[in-house]
Amino acid sequence: MTVALSLGPLLYNWPAEDIRDFYFRIADEAPLERVYLGEVVCSKRTPFFERYLPEVAERLAAAGKEVVHSTLALIMSEHEMDAIRSLAETPDILIEANDIGSAALLAGRPHVIGPFVNVYNEDTLDYLARHGAGLVSLPWELPAPAIAGLAKAAAIPLEVQIFGRIPLAISARCYHARRYGLHKDGCQYVCADDADGMAVETLDGEGFLAVNGTQTLSHTIGALMPELEGLRETGIENFRLWPHAIDMVAVAQIFRDLLDGKKAADEAWRGLADIADFAPFSNGFYHDGEGAALVRQA
Amino acid sequence: MTQATVAAALEIVCPAGNPAALRAAVDAGTDTVYAGFADETNARNFPGLNFNREEMAQGIAYAHQRGCGVFIAVNTYPEAGNPGVWRQAVDDAAALGADAIILADIGLLDYAKHTQPDLRRHLSVQASASNAEAIRFYHRAFGVKRVVLPRVLTVAEIAELNASIPVETEVFAFGGMCVMAEGRCSLSSYATGLSPNGDGVCSPASHVHYEKRGGEMVSRLGEFTLNIFSEGEAAGYPTLCKGRFVTDDSASYLFEEPSSLNVIEILPELAAAGVSALKIEGRQRGRAYVSRVVAEFRKAVDIATRGGTLKGGELDDMTEGRRDTAGAYQKIWH
Repeated sequence: MTVALSLGPLLYNWPAEDIRDFYFRIADEAPLERVYLGEVVCSKRTPFFERYLPEVAERLAAAGKEVVHSTLALIMSEHEMDAIRSLAETPDILIEANDIGSAALLAGRPHVIGPFVNVYNEDTLDYLARHGAGLVSLPWELPAPAIAGLAKAAAIPLEVQIFGRIPLAISARCYHARRYGLHKDGCQYVCADDADGMAVETLDGEGFLAVNGTQTLSHTIGALMPELEGLRETGIENFRLWPHAIDMVAVAQIFRDLLDGKKAADEAWRGLADIADFAPFSNGFYHDGEGAALVRQA
Repeated sequence: MTQATVAAALEIVCPAGNPAALRAAVDAGTDTVYAGFADETNARNFPGLNFNREEMAQGIAYAHQRGCGVFIAVNTYPEAGNPGVWRQAVDDAAALGADAIILADIGLLDYAKHTQPDLRRHLSVQASASNAEAIRFYHRAFGVKRVVLPRVLTVAEIAELNASIPVETEVFAFGGMCVMAEGRCSLSSYATGLSPNGDGVCSPASHVHYEKRGGEMVSRLGEFTLNIFSEGEAAGYPTLCKGRFVTDDSASYLFEEPSSLNVIEILPELAAAGVSALKIEGRQRGRAYVSRVVAEFRKAVDIATRGGTLKGGELDDMTEGRRDTAGAYQKIWH
């Protein structure tokens, strides 16, 4: 089996033209096998990029990248579900379900189960695989032994997140709007001001979290580098990077070189730290501790 | 604010963290008690809390003799490679004669359906089923009879949902309120390594520290400062999402003010929306709390059922920060 490096869906609210140009460059230059497209966090953002979606998907596919259409993590209305129903009726596209309701709609056709669906154990994984899941992107909270156990039992490939701020929670409430004293219905899209999320510090001035509309992420950037060897030994061959407003082509190249054995982990680490310099790295979830922790490996 | 006539009475589902609380809830007039075993199989896995098998058997007998039901929550997510303790909890719930089991994990629902088909299955809020497709899936695939709705829906959305699903719904009525979609929140494990989904705890006391800093009291969770209280200000428990944080040089309760959910004033609206049961939060609470809250809800539900007018306010002294809110059930909260 070959290693597949993927780019997860963009979680933040960027201007539609910036998103288009970002993906054009990804299509043309990034050493990736798979790219996830689509709004996961807030349905209010969907209309803006929609007009560029077909040409972006086409350009990615033409560049040999598998395109997966990602869907909302928290579906609260029939209106939102209708959009997913319509996507699910589109032939010849691959869809990522991030809610069990969407997964149910996709049962019977090949689909991806996204990391916002709770897959913690072999029985759940087995159930989803028997109902059409062809790839499961595992939740960020899972420690190494759980990933290894799932990989051993899995009849289908599994994907692990190896780079980016960690999505920690989703809510009906928009914290960006709340921060600016606005109501969600009249949010003025203030989330667009923070390309990698709004910094949330403790009262002692320590970076803690990042708010992205209704989503809360880690302040730290989750990064697994020396861990990749162990993950591959357990049978994990799919690795996901989350998009950030940095040079993602360069980020993808670093992970590609690492996976291809062209770069050692420490060299890759230094290279990544130069590019992804807006927050420190963490890997605590993988090492079965607090997610914010950074466990140094020899 | 309400005078609508309500046909069917809402079922009161009350927490019990120990046998004394269970008896208090039954004596105070609850319809049903929910409880869990003393291990990681349920979402309130706190030290000194919950039931061993013998206590559960006695609790069920006490409740059944007085016409009350008992639900057993097995609502955390089984750990990979270690399904035994969760499966045992399901089997024991059936053997002990529980009236229903509250589950979240797909694998465990599948197990319960096949090994204990006669044990009624409810879907825990930890499964975060927030839409009709998801709920219909749990009904179709695992024969779930009732869904505990996540606290992300408004009353209008609940009414719309109930019109299109073949199962009963239970909503949170009183107590601490998650502001994040339940079962989909890793904030606690980000700061402490312990999560609601895996370990059955959120912002666990084992990781809480208070430190004096001059006249101020600092509350910390793991390595992170969650709040600083000035002298005389009541220092609340540092539940992560109820902390005070800084964004853009301004400190605020970014996620939620310290407040509690209380739906007493909107009981008729909830009943009219097709809700079947009211869930009171707080298996970590003591006997006195349980008695008081159940008694007030008993009174309120009975008044609402007769079409009477509800005042609310009776439980204000029991709520966190002495503030209560109907929370996510109102659009304005979003």
